[in-house]
Amino acid sequence: MSTPKALQQPWALRIGSAGFLILWCLIAAFPLFWIMVMSFKSPVDAFANNPLDVILGPQTRAEGKGLSILDLMAIAATFWGLWRVAVGTLPRAIEAYTTTSQRWWGWVVGVLLYAVAAVLWVALLLPAILGVINPWLGMLGEPVIGLSLEHYYAVWVENAFYHNFLNSLWVTAGVVCISLTVGTLAGYGLARSGSQLAFWLLVVALVFRALPHSVLVTGYLPVFINSAEWLEPYLGDLAPTLYGQPWAVIAVLVSINQPFTIWMLRSFFQNIPTELDEAARVDGCSHFQAFRRVIMPVMWPGVITTGLFSFLLAYNDYLVTALLLDAQNQTMVPAIAGYFNRETTTTDQVEAIAAAVSITAPLFLLVMVFQKQIVSGLTAGAVKG
Amino acid sequence: MKFRTFACFVGPSLLLMMLFIAAPLLSVLWQSFHVTRNVMVVEQVETCTPGFLTQTCVTEERTRPKLDDEGRVVTETEFVGWQSYTNVLEPERAWQAISQGSWTALMSIDFWKALRFTLTFTLITLPLVILTGLLIALVVNNAIKAIRGPVIFVSLLPFIITPVIGVLSIRWLFIGDGIMTAFLEWWLARDIAMFAQGWTIELLMLFYRVWHVAPFAFVIFYAALQTVNQDTLESAIIDGASRFERLRYVIIPHLMPLIVFVAMIHLMDCYRVFEEIIGFSSEAHVISLQWLTFDFLTPDDSGNRAISRAAASSMLTMVGVVCLLVPLLKKTWRDHKGGKL
Repeated sequence: MSTPKALQQPWALRIGSAGFLILWCLIAAFPLFWIMVMSFKSPVDAFANNPLDVILGPQTRAEGKGLSILDLMAIAATFWGLWRVAVGTLPRAIEAYTTTSQRWWGWVVGVLLYAVAAVLWVALLLPAILGVINPWLGMLGEPVIGLSLEHYYAVWVENAFYHNFLNSLWVTAGVVCISLTVGTLAGYGLARSGSQLAFWLLVVALVFRALPHSVLVTGYLPVFINSAEWLEPYLGDLAPTLYGQPWAVIAVLVSINQPFTIWMLRSFFQNIPTELDEAARVDGCSHFQAFRRVIMPVMWPGVITTGLFSFLLAYNDYLVTALLLDAQNQTMVPAIAGYFNRETTTTDQVEAIAAAVSITAPLFLLVMVFQKQIVSGLTAGAVKG
Repeated sequence: MKFRTFACFVGPSLLLMMLFIAAPLLSVLWQSFHVTRNVMVVEQVETCTPGFLTQTCVTEERTRPKLDDEGRVVTETEFVGWQSYTNVLEPERAWQAISQGSWTALMSIDFWKALRFTLTFTLITLPLVILTGLLIALVVNNAIKAIRGPVIFVSLLPFIITPVIGVLSIRWLFIGDGIMTAFLEWWLARDIAMFAQGWTIELLMLFYRVWHVAPFAFVIFYAALQTVNQDTLESAIIDGASRFERLRYVIIPHLMPLIVFVAMIHLMDCYRVFEEIIGFSSEAHVISLQWLTFDFLTPDDSGNRAISRAAASSMLTMVGVVCLLVPLLKKTWRDHKGGKL
């Protein structure tokens, strides 16, 4: 279809618009791309004045850590292969080997197997094979791009960052599961009630959504620190000190997240036609049975989207976890503060960068897999406003 | 739906919100009028050191925390009225500064400094975010279909990233020997230290916030651009409207409710500005209201947390939040009356 002449855009506008688009993409991606590059270089290269030095890393290469042309080709081929399997072979294999009722489990098992195989190949087999071949190739086997994993090793192994990672994992998983369970019920109830009470609950939730988190933490801190003393008359020796407990933080984050969750899920449930549960009710289901048998099978897109935002809230939180968890149970984001506050040497700085990149990597994967859901979640909230 | 069923569905969520949001709020209100301190006792202590002929004995008065039978520190809580608020606001110093017309003196008081930054930050980023978001949305809408997906992917990255990490990634570009500082120094041929004075840090903070929130505005505006009424656009063209006039009189009015929505969300979030202060470590130059409360809550060198002052500053922050919320609540109320909700 050709555009009518009146709608054709002048050249200046087209070039201007394309230029702005490229500029925006550069600005959006550059800081993240750059810290990723820096995290693989030796400190001298990472903070070099010449951008080419940062990318190619001559100092890192001189230390004998780098990738040869063969390595680069192997890595490119690996990525391409992994991508093809992920979008093509894997879904087909799962559909071939499972029936419709088992499909859910098929996906879990399939993705786990895929992840294990990918990690084995990338972390063990590929380096071993390349290590043998590279010296044989002469010029082709010489490193051309400096790259070292020493900072990641220092962060994850020497400084036990995996400990913080596990804490983050545990807190995030807890928050997502509980807030979805509680929020789905509430969202459904609010969407189907239509009473004055439901409206006022939503308004109160809106006010709660706007509260600065520091205000709430001010309320928790004295209680959490003294909880053992205060609960002693009721629970005896079992009285816990809530301060520093991951599950207490989970409860806090779930509650902070509740207003947002119920608003979002309510708008999703409103889009599910009422006729559906009315039909179930006519057939003799109670409200809970109708929810269980009719609504649950169709609610997953909305729940997944809301779950993503709950995940982001819990994973990205700094304020609550920094104040309510002690050093042993610290999650990843507050733990990184320890790095950049002490960054006295450039090595410390690059280690902090490696830690930051480690935190960002899961988010990157998340956007890749769930881009559609994130966009639909953002717009759903807005359209309902 | 019967009330009982409704209560069963909403109960757990409501209980959590009451327990962890409403109750802490009341407790903060209570704490802001009370102070808990250790009970101190003054006692005479005689210390003797061996000396020639006689011992040298010194009697001195020492204050120490009073301990109960089990050796725990005894604390007392008393009502202090507005004292914690006075400690945070320092009205006398502030008034003195105002009457002398001295801006620097006023800015030396933490609360006013934080308030100044929070307000200017919120008001400056608001138009920037909306403009940038709108521009990106228009430009992406103008681009060919094939590249829209990847562009949205790249645009979502700054939005989705952990705020502290996002701030850090920009900090590392502009730190003393970072690549952007090197570039600016080469370009302007002079020494640059981005973190040595307040205003450059504030510039970076503004940049970070726009970078972080513009994608959100973009996604929402972009979705709305898909539903612009093509008939209206065509009639505008037939009526001889130029490109700009079409944007001004057809597209912007269509987007208006969403612009208001983005502005509201942005105001609420921006008023809570906090991660920028942590990530840029700008405590010495620039602080925000939420950071002030955070700082009171962080144990100081002797391990004490200034809970009552934190409570007072929290309540003062709340006043601002309530002001921001009034228009939003009004709108919700109107929607409810109109039966749209």
